[in-house]
Amino acid sequence: MTDSTTSPLVVASEEEVADVTFDRSMEAQIRGILKRYPDQGAALLPVLWLCQDRWGWISPGIMEAVAKRLDLAPAFVEGVVTFYTMYRRRPPGKYLLQVCTTLSCQLCGTSELVEHLKHKLDIDFGETTADGLFSLSDVQCLGACGEAPVIQINNDYHTDLTIEKLDALLDRLAGR
Amino acid sequence: MTDPILLRARGLKNSRSISTYLGLGGYSALDKALSMTPGEVIAEVKASGVRGRGGAGFPAGVKWSFVPRDTARPKYMICNADESEPGTFKDRELILCDPHMVLEGVAIASYAIGADSAYIYIRGEFVDEAQILAKAIAEARRKGYLGQDILGRGYDLEVHIHRGAGAYICGEETALIESIEGKRGLPRLKPPFPAVVGLFGCPTVVNNVETLACVPHIIERGGAWFAGIGTERSTGPKLFCVSGHVERPGVHEAPMGVTFREIIDDLCGGVRGGRKLKAFIPGGSSAPIMPADKVDTPADFESVAQAGSMLGSGGIIVMDETVDMVWALENLLVFYAHESCGQCTPCREGSDWAVDIVRRIRRGYGRPGDIETLHRIARFASQGMTICPLGDAFCGPIASFLEHFGHEFEEAISKSSSIAPKSLPILPVRSDRELFGI
Repeated sequence: MTDSTTSPLVVASEEEVADVTFDRSMEAQIRGILKRYPDQGAALLPVLWLCQDRWGWISPGIMEAVAKRLDLAPAFVEGVVTFYTMYRRRPPGKYLLQVCTTLSCQLCGTSELVEHLKHKLDIDFGETTADGLFSLSDVQCLGACGEAPVIQINNDYHTDLTIEKLDALLDRLAGR
Repeated sequence: MTDPILLRARGLKNSRSISTYLGLGGYSALDKALSMTPGEVIAEVKASGVRGRGGAGFPAGVKWSFVPRDTARPKYMICNADESEPGTFKDRELILCDPHMVLEGVAIASYAIGADSAYIYIRGEFVDEAQILAKAIAEARRKGYLGQDILGRGYDLEVHIHRGAGAYICGEETALIESIEGKRGLPRLKPPFPAVVGLFGCPTVVNNVETLACVPHIIERGGAWFAGIGTERSTGPKLFCVSGHVERPGVHEAPMGVTFREIIDDLCGGVRGGRKLKAFIPGGSSAPIMPADKVDTPADFESVAQAGSMLGSGGIIVMDETVDMVWALENLLVFYAHESCGQCTPCREGSDWAVDIVRRIRRGYGRPGDIETLHRIARFASQGMTICPLGDAFCGPIASFLEHFGHEFEEAISKSSSIAPKSLPILPVRSDRELFGI
């Protein structure tokens, strides 16, 4: 869980995921997922995760393809995708900075980190830098309150952060 | 303090590997359990008195005994690793240090209720933790502790991991079941309880990670041994997650009944920077806040309830004298407004409304009737007015903050300007600009 292992997200463009099909490897993985449940619909969350890992976000085209594959209504799939906060419905930057803003992190200085990040990257929550490198989002409790303040970058937790540590981390990720 | 039981592997080299776990006597409890009848296993767990560590504190053995035995339908065991109550991070620690202890607990519990499939529901953010569990499951299968004909005793069990995708409400057991079924995490009306109608309509037991981690120790050393730790009705060791203004935050293990003063001062090195304690939340953010003068309360289910709060998940959030309580309540309410699933009107509307009011007070636009309105919201959204306890979860903080720190709210209102803000907060609440905008 060190920053050197954080790999950039693979992010498909809107055109690439306007209409998708599952290739042979994804199809094999979907079949593996289906074996874990007695009911086909239960595969929805894992299949959406699979798609998000593959394309970086969940486009309307992906929702339709998933609905068709699992024999669900597209509207039902959209309902599920919109309910859970981690399914991204817009293409993110290569590094998604998810700042925990809940009480324990706030008590330990998240506000200063957020001010610094917004100023440094010149974006607000919910926005992506012009070069497509960083996205900033505020999230609720990440469940690592003992190591506050915490920021999750893509899959990795970065804990006990200070402005200096954060700067060094962002510079490394940006390749500077 | 006594030797750790649940955290015995913390700090050991390769603590996650099955060879380390076997070296500490791991999986011998599973072997022992499989030589007993399921009824005997349940009786042993009942005798231990172990109560649910996820927050509700329901006796685990009793929960298991609700599963009908004479049914042809499949039964399911679910390990709840959703861990999303603010201030709680013990399950993550257990998975990071000792995933096989959790798996052994899952296997014993599954055998006791007669399940041949178990799911570990882990929150979506815990990507590494899910991989650690997947690796542990593969190791255990290879060694014959999971899979077909476990330890040659004719019992089969498959354990699957199901990742959540970011929803606090999925820690509630019926919402969690809906989520495994591939739906939105909307809690179900109870009864029927999951023990009768649960996952895929079949009998299901949902237990917290820490509860299941206690199970191998109970089987190995006996329910009476476990019941001898802690207090009479809150038995066993407990993980306390301490965060906020302490010198050494983190997960600490202590027997039930240790006082909050001992946890904060002895285990965590006291309040950060030598400052004075102002208040603490004893059991995750949904537990009513306790002022500093209650710090000598023993941390067990009964004593904390008697002191007007709840032990919950054991997530202790410590606040020093510098904390503005209006700000702290606003922060908590933003969380609940964000996480309300939207099914029940009192919770969906009440949580947003309460954020609006507290935010207005903090920004200097409080009105004389605001405190009364907050009390009304707390009455209307709690005590059975909603399907699940999320209503109570945000009303507890409102009522307790006003009870113990009402003067701070009154003072803020008395200093308020009568000029209304030009732009009112826009629903639904997003924490970002609103929270940091001032």
